[in-house]
Amino acid sequence: MSALLAAPLGWLGVAYLGSLAVLFVAAFWRLDPFTAEVIRDYSFSNFRTLWEGEVYRDIALRTIGIAALVTVIDAVVAFPIAFYMAKVASPRAKALLVVAVLMPLWASYLVKIYAWRIILQENGPLNWLLEPFGASGPGFGNVAGVIVFSYLWLPYMILPLYAGLERIPDSLLEASSDLGGKAGRTFRRVILPLAFPALVAGSIFTFSLTLGDYIAPQIVMAGNQFIGNVVYTNVGVANNLPLAAAFATVPIAVMVVYLLLARRAGAFESL
Amino acid sequence: MITAENAAHFPRVSKSPEPPDVRLQGVTKRFEDVLAVDELTLEIPRGSFFALLGPSGCGKTTTLRMIGGFEDPSEGRILLGDHDVTGLPSYKRDVNTVFQSYALFPHLDVFENVAFGLKRRKVAKAEIAKRAREMLAIVGLEGMDRRKPRQLSGGQQQRVALARALVNHPRVLLLDEPLGALDLKLRKQMQLELKRIQHEVGITFVHVTHDQEEAMTMADSIAVMSRGRIEQLGGPTELYERPRTAFVAGFLGVSNLLGGTVTTSGAVRVDGTGEIRVDAPLPPAGTRVQVGVRPEKLRLDDSAANSVSGTVVERAYIGVATQYVVDTPAGRLTVFVQSSGTAAEGDAVRVSWDPESTFVLEEAS
Ligand SMILES: Nc1ncnc2c1ncn2[C@@H]1O[C@H](COP(=O)(O)OP(=O)(O)OP(=O)(O)O)[C@@H](O)[C@H]1O
Ligand SMILES: [Mg+2]
Repeated sequence: MSALLAAPLGWLGVAYLGSLAVLFVAAFWRLDPFTAEVIRDYSFSNFRTLWEGEVYRDIALRTIGIAALVTVIDAVVAFPIAFYMAKVASPRAKALLVVAVLMPLWASYLVKIYAWRIILQENGPLNWLLEPFGASGPGFGNVAGVIVFSYLWLPYMILPLYAGLERIPDSLLEASSDLGGKAGRTFRRVILPLAFPALVAGSIFTFSLTLGDYIAPQIVMAGNQFIGNVVYTNVGVANNLPLAAAFATVPIAVMVVYLLLARRAGAFESL
Repeated sequence: MITAENAAHFPRVSKSPEPPDVRLQGVTKRFEDVLAVDELTLEIPRGSFFALLGPSGCGKTTTLRMIGGFEDPSEGRILLGDHDVTGLPSYKRDVNTVFQSYALFPHLDVFENVAFGLKRRKVAKAEIAKRAREMLAIVGLEGMDRRKPRQLSGGQQQRVALARALVNHPRVLLLDEPLGALDLKLRKQMQLELKRIQHEVGITFVHVTHDQEEAMTMADSIAVMSRGRIEQLGGPTELYERPRTAFVAGFLGVSNLLGGTVTTSGAVRVDGTGEIRVDAPLPPAGTRVQVGVRPEKLRLDDSAANSVSGTVVERAYIGVATQYVVDTPAGRLTVFVQSSGTAAEGDAVRVSWDPESTFVLEEAS
């Protein structure tokens, strides 16, 4: 048994945690300004650069803010869909809906983002649709980013929510109604607390997937960068690995705090 | 305990000016091609302990769910008191349910579970606490307020479910096999406890069960159901001693049934032997009937008015009594004798019983 577990656990330890550790250590190195060589001594200079650079602060806040907004939007959109799938739909409709939710996951992520670029562009279908009403689409920018990310990660919110709602026995909903609870009260006092762990599970996906993305911003956000874009250019173009590593610790720290908060809220109690 | 007086209770109460707590009028429920409940008409008098008894799939749960408002009847009307509630959602009905699975809210503790219904009704906080504690005391769960359902035994969960429903003082309490998940000993204990609690709170209980002994121990009146219909309705004694159909006779314990024909002299000629006397109304002479006797009403001697001769083929000690199987010309009879008895396998014996212990079923069924 232990021999069986040793290989995967070893892989997890070395490849996964090991690379994180290297990243963390590299964040404290620095680049020689003249030779552009990496100097392996330890200082907080990278973090100071990031903290003091207004551009970096804006990028971090934009990344975290959009990730949070996308998570909220996905939760609000996914809940009724997941609820309908789990508690209302007939078995046949349920199977069809699961397929419908999974289907977009089979298409290339890149293709989906380009599809949205076409939808949102100046003379694209969205503006064409809105024109008769005297309105126009958001164009490329932060709003476009929110729309595209919400679309991309919606299945990752629906599926855990669906599984979580499915696990709530119908008899609990009947018991609430039996005790005088109308739909609203049953939702607040029974469904929401019981589906909360699933909601958190889904939000971990939507939040962390947005937090780590750097492709959609290049395609639909008109030069508005994410943390990932800065990391990418610093590794590839500027060749400043230490700064990239330092910036990469930001989303990791955010996720750690997020998971701790989720645990405080009791999200993992019933897992 | 159940007595003849309890059984007689039923018709008297239903004639009182107060409307029955529950009335079903021609209630039918179809699920696609399944006829679950078939034109059921039923009145449940105020304050009674009423049992719906029947084998699996006969429509007991469906009937209960229609009273509770979880299922709409395909046809017919449901009244609670004078109030027509057909089509009303469950949160608008003055009934509460103890679910078979208990359906306790796992994220709430015992106290919050019990207070769930009261909170919705905007009862003052102090009043909620008082009533919830009172009800927890009645069901014997003092001091467990802060436990979560998963920290309770099956019997304790069952009591919480009961308290959660009763604390709202509903007009009717519906119980769907509430003791089904408990072991035999606890089930027996809870049967008596439920009966005591019903006396204490004076609320009408409608209790669904497939266990005839449970229904007999607890209920004032029992509706025996089969295939979506009521086969017979009455007090436990009446149903046991005067079943009207072979189904009821068979469902409520062991019975010996003998085929025969009604004679002109008001007796029954049993096939294979002579005439026996019956202390019950009989159909016209010449009608084919079945006469029945419960095993414990049979004696292994010649002392009673009806008797047949036979041979012991089997003898078994079953704890409270000794069971004999006797072959007679009229058929095989099962006899329970209190004492250990002296007859042995192969002995020739006479089996006798009183006309009052004899019930008659029309054979048409
Ligand atoms: N939701 C449903 N859809 C289709 N058929 C159903 C449904 N609910 C019940 N039935 C059918 O209706 C009939 C009566 O079911 P019901 O649950 O009332 O039986 P029951 O007397 O409570 O049986 P048990 O003692 O097994 O609980 C059964 O044949 C059952 O298969
Ligand atoms: Mg049932």
